[in-house]
Amino acid sequence: MNNTPERRVMSETGGSPVLRADRLRKEFGKGDALVRAVDEIDLEVAQGETLAVMGPSGCGKSTLLHLLGGLERPTAGQILLAGSRLDQMGERALARLRRTAVGFVFQAFHLIDELTARENVELPALLAGRSPRAARHRAAGLLEQVGLADRAGFLPAALSGGQRQRVAIARALANDPLVVLADEPTGNLDSAATLDVLRLFDELHAAGQTLVIVTHDSRIAATADRLISMRDGAFVDETRLTGGTRGNLGSLAGLEG
Amino acid sequence: MQEVVLALLAKEPSHGYQLRARLKEALGPVGEAMNAGQIYVTLGRLEKAGLVACELEPGLPDRPDRKVYTLTPAGQQRVAAWLAEVTWPGPAPAEFHLKLVAAAAGRLADPLAIVDAQRRELLRLLRDTQRAAMDEPGGTPAGLLLEGVALRLQADLRWLEACERHWAGQGSRS
Repeated sequence: MNNTPERRVMSETGGSPVLRADRLRKEFGKGDALVRAVDEIDLEVAQGETLAVMGPSGCGKSTLLHLLGGLERPTAGQILLAGSRLDQMGERALARLRRTAVGFVFQAFHLIDELTARENVELPALLAGRSPRAARHRAAGLLEQVGLADRAGFLPAALSGGQRQRVAIARALANDPLVVLADEPTGNLDSAATLDVLRLFDELHAAGQTLVIVTHDSRIAATADRLISMRDGAFVDETRLTGGTRGNLGSLAGLEG
Repeated sequence: MQEVVLALLAKEPSHGYQLRARLKEALGPVGEAMNAGQIYVTLGRLEKAGLVACELEPGLPDRPDRKVYTLTPAGQQRVAAWLAEVTWPGPAPAEFHLKLVAAAAGRLADPLAIVDAQRRELLRLLRDTQRAAMDEPGGTPAGLLLEGVALRLQADLRWLEACERHWAGQGSRS
């Protein structure tokens, strides 16, 4: 099949993983048209880790993310989020878990156009049963954290792409999720806005937030703790990137020593 | 150029014109500017350095004598070292491309393993660049330079993806 050295992609930090998948499989279609979008994947994500999954479009990485967040049901295999079996949960329990334990960030932001930035960020807390006052307080704090306190009253249409994505990230954090799952979060952003999102992810990482990002943007992948390459529904390579020396930058930029 | 010729010889002993044909096939229009005599000059140098050996193949009535070149053990070692080297960035795309072509043709190494090694190195460099860019406040000239460096690394990484797709399609990793 592939030459992945170990079937299980282990987290190195020890302790029990926040998120774990065992022999995860997702099939679409039937007979000759059967496609295995996710093909027997094993994965562990440690508390506080930033994991990037990279691969060409169609490799199954978005499907994997949807499975991990309970947005889609696997054909086979197990998913454990903080010890709970997502694959065995009923619809209502799963919906509750998605609201409270998982934060989603999408390429197209998925903000509600009729609501202001603050109202968008308040919404998940309200849906989870928090008081309007608590939700409002939380939203104000989060918008401050993403650097958009002064845009709280703006509708999404009045915000730039980068600002919209930062609102979406604030919204994802509203219920203190165990894990933030991001699907191509910089796909619609220019270089400067991408840097803003990367800085924000870095701050979340420093604060201990667990992050799983699927992307084909190598800039995000390069800044993650761990990078998994995916092809045809399976993991084909894993890299733990550690920073090199800044000494390289000069020669990289064409400055001769 | 020397390493490329050596790697092409690793597949099998060859005449100079066969090597030239293989290079032309691998390089396409990129190789058009190459001087026809260049391969013979290179072979001569390699022979002098003890990296290739040359034997005269007797001619036929309708064909003159011709030289057949073979890798020496020292030449083999040199090829192995070259394939294992991670030298990006620096060499032109053509050198990396020829490395993959030669590795696949001579079954010397898995082209995908070479791609993976290069990708890790480029990602490490991109990580350094991105970290530096994230530390830089927005809108500075230094940030603009770092963006340029990052964009070039991204372009290289995208080409590596294309290399990976191509060589994976050749069935070397099944």
